Amino acid sequence: MTTTVERPTESQRRFKVIGTRPIRHDGLGKVTGADRYGADVQLPGMLHAKMLRSPHAHARIKKIDTSKAEALPGVKAVVTSRDLPIIDDKPIDLAETLGNPRVLAENALASSKVLYKGHAIAAVAATSPHIAEEAAELIEVEYEVLQPVLDVREAMKKDAPLIHEKLTTHEVQRRFTRGDDTGVISNVASHLQFKQGDVADGFSRADVVVEREFTTVPVHQGYIEPQASTAQWAPDGHLTIWTSSQGSFGIRDQTAAILGIPQSMVKVVPMEIGGGFGGKIGTYLDPVAALLSKKAGLPVKIVMTRKEVFEGTGPTSGSYMRCKIGARRDGTITAAEFYLAYGAGAFPGSPVGAGAMYGLAPYKIDNVLIDAYDVVLNNPKVAAYRAPGTPQAAFAVESTLDELAEKLGIEPMEFRLTNAVREGDRQVNGIPFGSVGCVEVEEAIKNHPHYRTPLNGANRGRGVAMGFWGNGGMQSSATINVNTDGTISLITGSVDIGGTRVAVAMQAAEVLGLAAEDVVPTVGDTNAVGWTGITGGSRTAFSTGIAAITAAEQIKRTMAERAALKWETQPEDIEFEDGVFVSKMNREDRLTFKEIAASMMATGGPITASASSNPRQVGVSFAATLVDVEVDRETGKVQILRATAFQDVGMAVHPSYVEGQMQGGTVQGIGWALNEEYFFTDDGTMANSSFLDYRMPTSLDLPAIDTEIIEVPNPGHPFGVRGVGEVSIVAPMAAVANAIHDAVGIRMTSLPMSPGEVLKALDEQQRAGK
Amino acid sequence: MSLKIHVRTTVNGEETEFLCEGRQSLLEALRDILGLTGTKEGCNDGNCGACTINLDGRIVDSCLVLAAEAEGKTILTIEGVASIDGLHPLQQSFLEQAALQCGICTPGFIVAAKALLEQEPDADEHRIRHWLAGNLCRCTGYDKIIRAVLDAGAVVRGAK
Repeated sequence: MTTTVERPTESQRRFKVIGTRPIRHDGLGKVTGADRYGADVQLPGMLHAKMLRSPHAHARIKKIDTSKAEALPGVKAVVTSRDLPIIDDKPIDLAETLGNPRVLAENALASSKVLYKGHAIAAVAATSPHIAEEAAELIEVEYEVLQPVLDVREAMKKDAPLIHEKLTTHEVQRRFTRGDDTGVISNVASHLQFKQGDVADGFSRADVVVEREFTTVPVHQGYIEPQASTAQWAPDGHLTIWTSSQGSFGIRDQTAAILGIPQSMVKVVPMEIGGGFGGKIGTYLDPVAALLSKKAGLPVKIVMTRKEVFEGTGPTSGSYMRCKIGARRDGTITAAEFYLAYGAGAFPGSPVGAGAMYGLAPYKIDNVLIDAYDVVLNNPKVAAYRAPGTPQAAFAVESTLDELAEKLGIEPMEFRLTNAVREGDRQVNGIPFGSVGCVEVEEAIKNHPHYRTPLNGANRGRGVAMGFWGNGGMQSSATINVNTDGTISLITGSVDIGGTRVAVAMQAAEVLGLAAEDVVPTVGDTNAVGWTGITGGSRTAFSTGIAAITAAEQIKRTMAERAALKWETQPEDIEFEDGVFVSKMNREDRLTFKEIAASMMATGGPITASASSNPRQVGVSFAATLVDVEVDRETGKVQILRATAFQDVGMAVHPSYVEGQMQGGTVQGIGWALNEEYFFTDDGTMANSSFLDYRMPTSLDLPAIDTEIIEVPNPGHPFGVRGVGEVSIVAPMAAVANAIHDAVGIRMTSLPMSPGEVLKALDEQQRAGK
Repeated sequence: MSLKIHVRTTVNGEETEFLCEGRQSLLEALRDILGLTGTKEGCNDGNCGACTINLDGRIVDSCLVLAAEAEGKTILTIEGVASIDGLHPLQQSFLEQAALQCGICTPGFIVAAKALLEQEPDADEHRIRHWLAGNLCRCTGYDKIIRAVLDAGAVVRGAK
């Protein structure tokens, strides 16, 4: 392997490995096709399964008859919700969303009602996927079709059809809690309010107030690898699951809860994962494959089709938002009011709380009133999607702000800087910010060549927007084993979706004075390593990094003890510098890491250490998107001419993979801004459930995506690392909308800003004679 | 149940025979019959390019080809891109440029880009973006992939 060393900043001079760009340890298997992903599992005697899914968006299940399917030659097992045990409501923590096993079970196999088109009803295991597919079509289901509810505002109306007959609204005081039951039955699962100061007084002191409505529709995470799971339920009751998820322990705990069996009876083996973006945290297939395996007595693999991925797995919420911001002539924001209603899909649990918390986060505003509603709809149950809930809110806030700056006659970046949050300023829940890089990100934009280069040409415009994300902490575990040749193995529970093996290995290497290449990182199964939360919430390089650093520190102490034995001194009297242990008593006494490793069997046996992290101080992230567009007035098509992503990353462990996160999130945001949408027909059918029609950005749709890494160290991590995975998706939609306004003078308030919508807005502009 | 079809083909330089059903795609045959799981399935309808292979010198989505159609043809999959002498310049470049995150689309991109560089090692950024527009990547935003292909092109034509 080769290592390219590049030292961007003064503050990083203290590191040898952090900030370099080694080749990732797992790269070879990925460029040669050798790595095995979820669908690549092959076991002796393995059966293939297919699901039967609802053709209706909302219907009561009157009867399911599986007899014809069971009679088809080659079919070995059929399961429905009747095969699931009855379990209680008992939420389990899934980091970015709360998981309720009863809901997850109902989502995996519907019992009395189907709540969206594509809702799974039954599954068939057979000797080939084609036989399983034929058999699934032979299952007869009798439905009583009900009226679907597809729009957030429609669902909130008093006379709207009820999706859950007994769902009552909860008043929530704190995110991730269930809150107080109001006893009122409706499609509104919860209402959350944040209040600071006095908004009426604040608005009365404003010279200019802008209030706008915004709508967005569901979009999908769009990972290229469909969900896949293979289960083998052994006769002794031990269940093994091979799956590509964002967290093996999460899948284990959910599956055990749904099946009503002890966690110790379930082993989850992580396969390589082909993208997740939040969509592979919750379980869909694992308990179904397990039930089929138990019935058939053979291993069973289920792989979703792309249509099933679109129709049956989590998009993120569509939304209706109203944003009102007031400011004085001098550019000081005096008050903000923000109303958000997010569609949760078929079960409660939209990320509206994050939108409410984070949409206004970049600004110091003393008077704030935020009302957020979680609303159930006949759409697929939403799942986390990169900074869940925040991009929608930022689209509303950053668009409103841009218009307000325009009305005030203040340059938008100056307006943002005037009101930028700093350490100690209060968030909307009253808790002060710790160390944050909001001002640093905004200064970086102003000083960037992209910002300073004038944009010329007709119908061209430039837009900027800020984004914020709180980042996750959660717990991780790591084990380090020293080899006698002075290399180490590093086992963590964090599945690697985009370079976290190398990013975590680099942190252990930094502590131990090793090269990144001296570390062999492995992702362990749930029986091989301590409990570890999901790879999600931008937490892996941060929290699993801390676990690895802590284990590495223990290795260092053990090695110092071994050296102390030899030199007949105390471990406290030994220093470790540049990979060498040195006695402070006698500087001639020196032993390298390799030398201690070589003699470890004679000095006390194998040197190993395990550690877990439970970080309290999570570093939050600010980011921004700066984008130039050209609008085709004939077709309404918006072309991205240039885009630069800015982000405070705390400390870039592996800059290439940090840049990759920034670029990837920016492009997902551009897709969300311009093309992507769930297009539902009136009966609740997704009319564009293929990649061709859903239309994610291709290489031809985009320019190079430039990146500007800003490093404001996070005091909660030994090397200053902040999470980097998610925040880059927050700002692009508003940045593109602001650029479109700059180009042709229209304000787009609905996503996506597809050619038809842009044309419509241009026509209205022309009619209004502007 | 239909009778199986006997197919003779060359896969990654080896003469290969297999039995398949008439309804099985070449992607299924490669993955499930021959165990070559480096070729990935992302959509099974020709829209994502994860299953890109080279069939008689042309890149195709193997999910859109019936297995039986491979009779007498020459197939290159990702497993045949590296040689005993080492990685192909594209593979090396993808590693050095960090042009992959989750890696599920990587085999398709490398097989597709290899076909381009064999014809046009001096392909410029726009040409590469156009050529690879049939391969979806959701992680990278394509930036580093394009740079990696440009870089590998320089190696292939001996400029680097």
